Amino acid sequence: MTQMTFARAINSGLRKSLENDPKVILMGEDIGALGGVFRVTDGLQKDFGTHRVVDTPLAESGIMGTAVGLAYRGYRPVVEIQFDGFIYPAFDQIVSQVAKMHYRTQGAVKMPITIRVPFGGGIGSPEHHSESPEAYFTHTSGLRVISVSNPQDAYTMIQQAIASDDPVLYFEPKRRYHDKGEVDESSDLAAALSMEKARVVTEGKDVTLVAYGPLVKTARDAALAAADEGVSVEVIDLRSLAPLDFVTLEASVRKTGRLVITHEAGQSGGLGAEVAASITERCFYHLEAAPVRVTGFDVPYPYSKLEMHHLPGLDRILDGVDRALGRPNSLSGLEG
Amino acid sequence: MFTDDAGKGGISAGGPGNSENSARRTGGDLVQLITPAGERISHPEFDAWLQDVSDEQLGSLYEDMVVIRRIDAEATALQRQGELALWPPLLGQEASQIGSARALREDDFVFPSYRDNGVAYCRGVKPEDLVRAWRGNASAGWDPFTVNVATQQIIIGAQSLHATGYAMGIQNDGADAVAVAYFGDGATSEGDVNEAMVFAASFQAPVVFFCQNNHWAISEPVRLQSHIQLADRASGFGIPSMRVDGNDVLAVMAATRIALDRARHGGGPTFIEAVTYRMGPHTTADDPTRYRDANELEDWAAKDPISRLKALLERKGLLTADFEAAVAAQADAVAKDLRAGTINMPEPQPLDIFKHVYSTPNSWLDRQQDHYSRYLASFGDPAEAASEEGAR
Repeated sequence: MTQMTFARAINSGLRKSLENDPKVILMGEDIGALGGVFRVTDGLQKDFGTHRVVDTPLAESGIMGTAVGLAYRGYRPVVEIQFDGFIYPAFDQIVSQVAKMHYRTQGAVKMPITIRVPFGGGIGSPEHHSESPEAYFTHTSGLRVISVSNPQDAYTMIQQAIASDDPVLYFEPKRRYHDKGEVDESSDLAAALSMEKARVVTEGKDVTLVAYGPLVKTARDAALAAADEGVSVEVIDLRSLAPLDFVTLEASVRKTGRLVITHEAGQSGGLGAEVAASITERCFYHLEAAPVRVTGFDVPYPYSKLEMHHLPGLDRILDGVDRALGRPNSLSGLEG
Repeated sequence: MFTDDAGKGGISAGGPGNSENSARRTGGDLVQLITPAGERISHPEFDAWLQDVSDEQLGSLYEDMVVIRRIDAEATALQRQGELALWPPLLGQEASQIGSARALREDDFVFPSYRDNGVAYCRGVKPEDLVRAWRGNASAGWDPFTVNVATQQIIIGAQSLHATGYAMGIQNDGADAVAVAYFGDGATSEGDVNEAMVFAASFQAPVVFFCQNNHWAISEPVRLQSHIQLADRASGFGIPSMRVDGNDVLAVMAATRIALDRARHGGGPTFIEAVTYRMGPHTTADDPTRYRDANELEDWAAKDPISRLKALLERKGLLTADFEAAVAAQADAVAKDLRAGTINMPEPQPLDIFKHVYSTPNSWLDRQQDHYSRYLASFGDPAEAASEEGAR
């Protein structure tokens, strides 16, 4: 076990993948000498060379499209999109090419591409640097979408993503990059929890609280605070956003009867909607209350002095927990 | 003839000083080796790249062009008869496609657009595989790795990046194969084509950008895409380019060989503009009479790529009755295969829609497939039940 930051854990996972498979190639803007704007690729170009850790021109569609060509040639490209809000120029290549190639070619052409996306807010950035675009991609068939919440998962799941023969979007919570945690670098990848599985991170019996990425920590803090009031919250870290692990979700909701989902992304058509609808379909008779969503608002990501109003924090999540439990809350007395 | 005055010397030797001159160049730069009347014009540089083209090979190029025109006509007929949902004719572009494809080596890799059926045919794609997607029986017609041709791209210009990435892979592998991107004049306006040229130049990737300027992007004339010759755009990226008569199979073949040779020997990318004409509609769903003048078609009919090669063969005394009969018989045989292959193509089964979305099992999709198969089975139709079994 080694104590390391989130960013260092991803770096270590990338290094391991580069060591284990000569076909792994890293591509992105400023990932070489600089080590990425968040230093996640720090030192990798120096150790593996410019042909395996490639600084690309500033063209996101170009990065993604050339990654498709490299995958055609048998490579496993790992693409860094510098910030969440910069992914849109690559959207066509991701949705029309990366996601569909395997289907289009009836399995002849695999797209083992990993797309790393630092995402989410909370770091006081200007526009386009704090977005949560994951639902665009969970809505796109042919892609796998995961989000990591702690250094150990960051280390393990980047390697699982790279080893996957399917394209994977790997969402990294940028405001947690400097958080530290224990990482077991000697752990056996094959024995690790599948990247498709959710994980119960805090056991509880009164309400299920579902989070992913940056809000897992907030959700755990909320569960601790709720415990002080005698409310037992079960926190689930989704880890996989597409596909969702309904086995784990259903088991929890059947136990607690109440569901709260939280994410930074806006509410409409977000992942919370999919979780709420599917859980309602699958275990309606176990629900004691309507599922509650505690999310960002349906606004463009706000200027940074207001972002803490937009981001679900501990108190807003607890307010949502109160709603699910029918306890007094900010919306008491309102219909629906 | 190189719009980049650096010529074969590569991109570093030219320098930005040439771009102003290049921008002012007109069609006068067009390289032509066979006139519309079938006269062979000698060329100080291109001829060297054609010395091995024997009379027999000239005849074989002619045969391929005749056969692909016949395939194209047969596919159009199949669409009119309701056997295909749509077809994008390549009529008029036979020399561009056959001349370039015949210059390739087996280990080169082609990234074509939807209209490049002549290229695919040359690479060994079976006639019925050319129409599989247009009949609606699959999303694409063939396994790319069996013929080293990617499936045909519908998103305009997207494949130019795939070719460039593939070429970067060739480079990493230390191989001397070349990736070739085929696209049209309209695609040169797309960001992806421009980004592909940026990447190709930066990494000096072994890729050839083969642009068929057929003058029309559905209803939009090429002048709407560009105020300079398309070939001249390349110099802005530091990529040497050539502008050749795309209805002249020898000019196209020589230009492609020059570009391939440069790429194989570390000289990086080349842009070729093959000036040709889409004599038919954009697709069978299009009506060109709404947007272009009939006189224009007549002008280009006089420059027909097959007529001019035929005239050259005649001048050389190669157009014997036996040869013509053999070519016609071959075209008829391939067309017959295409028709039979189309009509007898096995129908896809309902649950096939769930196949190959992912390369590994996916719990969401498995559930949807399970539910839909139960739905189908609820009709109790033995045919449905059988197809369900077949899909498993």
